[in-house]
Amino acid sequence: MALLELKDLHVSLEDGTEIVKGVNLKVDSNEVHAIMGPNGSGKSTLSYAIAGHPAYQITQGQILLDGEDITETEADERAQKGLFLAFQYPHAIPGVTVTSFLRSAINAVRKAKNGAVDDPIPVPEFRTELFAQMERLSVSRELASRYLNDGFSGGEKKRVEILQMAMLKPRIAVLDETDSGLDIDALRIVAGGVQELIGPNMGALVITHYQRILNYIKPDFVHVFVGGKIVEEGGPELAKKLEESGYKEWEGVPA
Amino acid sequence: MTQTENEIVEGIGSDYAIKYGFHVAEDYFFKSGRGLSHELVDAISSHKNEPDWMRKFRHKSLDYFNARAMPNWGGALSEIDFDNIYYYIRPTEKQADSWEDLPADIKDTWDKLGIPEAEKKYLAGVGAQYESEVVYHKLQQSLTDQGVLFLDMDSALREHEDIIKEHIGTIIPQNDNKFAALNSAVWSGGSFIYVPKGVRIEMPLQAYFRINAENMGQFERTLIIVDEDAYVHYVEGCTAPIYSSDSLHSAVVEIVVKKGGRCRYTTIQNWSNNVYNLVTKRAVAHEDATMEWVDGNLGSKLTMKYPAIWLVGNRAHGEVLSIAFAGKGQHQDAGGKCVHQAPNTTSVITSKSISKDGGRAGYRGLLEVAHGAKGAKSKVVCDALILDDESRSDTYPTIRIDENDVDIGHEATVSKIGEEQLFYLMSRGLSEAEASAMVVSGFVEPITKELPLEYAVEMNRLIQLQMEGSVG
Ligand SMILES: Nc1ncnc2c1ncn2[C@@H]1O[C@H](COP(=O)(O)OP(=O)(O)O)[C@@H](O)[C@H]1O
Ligand SMILES: [Mg+2]
Repeated sequence: MALLELKDLHVSLEDGTEIVKGVNLKVDSNEVHAIMGPNGSGKSTLSYAIAGHPAYQITQGQILLDGEDITETEADERAQKGLFLAFQYPHAIPGVTVTSFLRSAINAVRKAKNGAVDDPIPVPEFRTELFAQMERLSVSRELASRYLNDGFSGGEKKRVEILQMAMLKPRIAVLDETDSGLDIDALRIVAGGVQELIGPNMGALVITHYQRILNYIKPDFVHVFVGGKIVEEGGPELAKKLEESGYKEWEGVPA
Repeated sequence: MTQTENEIVEGIGSDYAIKYGFHVAEDYFFKSGRGLSHELVDAISSHKNEPDWMRKFRHKSLDYFNARAMPNWGGALSEIDFDNIYYYIRPTEKQADSWEDLPADIKDTWDKLGIPEAEKKYLAGVGAQYESEVVYHKLQQSLTDQGVLFLDMDSALREHEDIIKEHIGTIIPQNDNKFAALNSAVWSGGSFIYVPKGVRIEMPLQAYFRINAENMGQFERTLIIVDEDAYVHYVEGCTAPIYSSDSLHSAVVEIVVKKGGRCRYTTIQNWSNNVYNLVTKRAVAHEDATMEWVDGNLGSKLTMKYPAIWLVGNRAHGEVLSIAFAGKGQHQDAGGKCVHQAPNTTSVITSKSISKDGGRAGYRGLLEVAHGAKGAKSKVVCDALILDDESRSDTYPTIRIDENDVDIGHEATVSKIGEEQLFYLMSRGLSEAEASAMVVSGFVEPITKELPLEYAVEMNRLIQLQMEGSVG
C-alpha cells in the first residue's frame, strides 16, 4: 500500500472544464517523484486537487492516503493527516505574523493528532525549532515577525513555504514549481532543505516545468505530464532528455 | 507574544452565556420604579444628596431630552421603551475598597470577570460599577501620594465639587444630543480622573461596567482631566447578562488634555446583544497634547458611538482607532470625529469594521478643518471586511475643510475573506473557522497591536468568540 495513491484521477473546474484527465500515481516515503509538464498542462490543478481545494472538483477516481480514501476529505483534515502542498503562488495573510501563523498551524495538527484535544507545542521548543529551521533554510530572522507573505519577494515566499513544510513535518509533500522565483543560490539552499527531509518519514511529489530543481532533489521517478495526463514515465534520465528536447514530442497529441 | 496566542487559543470554545451572560439574584439597597420623570430625577438627586445646582442641571437636561426628537439616522432607535427602563439602582449601601467587603453575589461576579486578578497583575487603579453605582474603587497609594485623583463621579461631586462644577457639561453640553441630555438628567457613577502636571501613570487605570438587572439603564458619567505633560491610559470594559428584553447604556465621557499631556482611552465593549449602547465621548486637546481613543465594539444590539477630538491647541494630535464587529442581530454604527481648530494639528482615524451572519457594521466619521488651522494634517482609513452575503457594511465619511493649507488623506476599502486565503490556511491544518478567525484577527491587527498585551489578548479572544457566533 502506497503512502499516496492517485487512481484514475479526473479534475474539473467549476465551469465543468476537465483539466486533469485520468492520473494514476503511487508515491511512497523515501521516494521522490517528479511531475514535469509545460505551462497550462494542469500541474497546479492536480496539486490543488490533491490538497483538497474546494473549487477543483474531482469528477472521477480517488485519492488514497495510506490506503484511506480522502477524495471527499476537507483540506484541513488532509493536512492534519500529513499532506502538505507548497504553493506555486502563496497567498498573503496581512496582520498575521509568520511565527503566529506557524504556531497555530502546528497546534492545529497536534490537536488533530491528539484526538481533538489541545496539545499546544511548548513555546521554547517551538522557538528553538523555528530558529533552527530558519537557519537551515537561510530565511532571515526578520521574516519571522513579518506578516505572512505580505509584501514578500517571490523568493521569500518560496523559502517560507519550505520553512512551513520543515516545521509541519508532513509525510507527503507536493511542491508546485517551488523553483520558480528562486535564484540559483536560493534554489540550492531550498531544494537542499527539501532533499534532507526525504527519507523514511517523507516522500515528495515535485512538480516542475524545468529540470533544474531536480539537480538538487534527486527524483527516483519522472512522469511527463501533458494535457492533463501522464504521457510517459521513467527514471532520472527522462528529466535530462526533457531538458534537451522539451515537450514538443507530446504536444499536439490529441488528449 | 507567544504567551498571548496560547491564551487566545485557550479562550476558544468558551462562550458569552457562560463567561459574561450570567446574572445573579437582585438583592439591592435601592431600586427605582420603571420610567422617566422629573420625580425620578428628583429622587436620584435626593438619594445622592446632591448640591442644588446639580439637581437643576438634571431637571434642565430632562427638559432638553423631552424636547428633542429621536435621531432619525444611525440605527433603529424606535424600539427603545423609555417607560420600561429602570433608571437608577443602587446595589449596595457603601462603596468598598476591598473586594472582600462586597456582597458575595457581586464579588463573585467580579471574580468571574477576572477584575480582581487583573488589578493585582497590571492595573494602577480600578473602579467597578454595578448597575448605577461604583461599588468598588481603589487607586495605588503611590499615585494618591502624587496627587492623582481617581474616584467615582458621585464621590468626586461630593469631595471636589468645584472641579466638577467647572467642567461638567462644558465639553459635551447637556443639550448636545438626545442621549447626552438623557445622561445629564439621570447620570450615576462613572469615573473622575485628575492627573497632576508632569505625572505619568505607567500602568492603566481601569473601570469595568456591569449591568445585571433586566431592563436596566446605565448612565455613567466620566470626566478626565490630564494636566500639562501628564499621561494616563484609562481602560473600560463592559458586559451584561443575556435577557430577552432590552437594556440601555448611555454614557457621557468628557476629557480635557492640557498642554503637552497625553490621554489614551481604551474601550472594550462587550455588552450582550440586548443592550442599546448610545454613548457620547469627546475630548479637547490643547497645545502639543495627544488624545487617543481606542474603541473596540464587539457586543450590544445597537451601538452608536463616534469618539471625538477637538484639536484646539497648536500641534495637538488626535487619534481614533476603532474596531466594530457586528454579528447576528447586531448593528455597530461606530466611527470617530476629529475637528482641527488650530495650526499644525494632526489626526489619524483608523476604522476596521467586520460584519457577519447578517450583522451590520459601519464607519461614520467627521473630519473638519477650521479656517486658520494652517498646516493641519489628517488621514482617515476605513476598511470593512464582510464575511458573508447576508451581512452589510456602510461608510459615511463627512469631510469639511475650510482652510487651503492642509494635507488630508482618505482611503476606504471593502473586502471579503477570499476563498483562496481560506484554502491556503486550511491546507496547513487550520479548520475553516480557525482560518477565518485568523484572517479577521490579522485584519484588526493594526489596532490590537496598539493595545497592552492583556487587552490585545482580550480583544482577540472576543473576536474568536464572535467568529464562533456564540455571542448572545
Ligand atoms: N481557477 C481557475 N479558473 C479558470 N481556469 C483555471 C483555473 N485554474 C486553472 N485553470 C485553467 O486550467 C488550465 C491548467 O492550469 P494549471 O493547472 O494552472 O496549469 P499549470 O500549473 O500546469 O501551468 C489552464 O488553462 C488554466 O487557465
Ligand atoms: Mg502551475
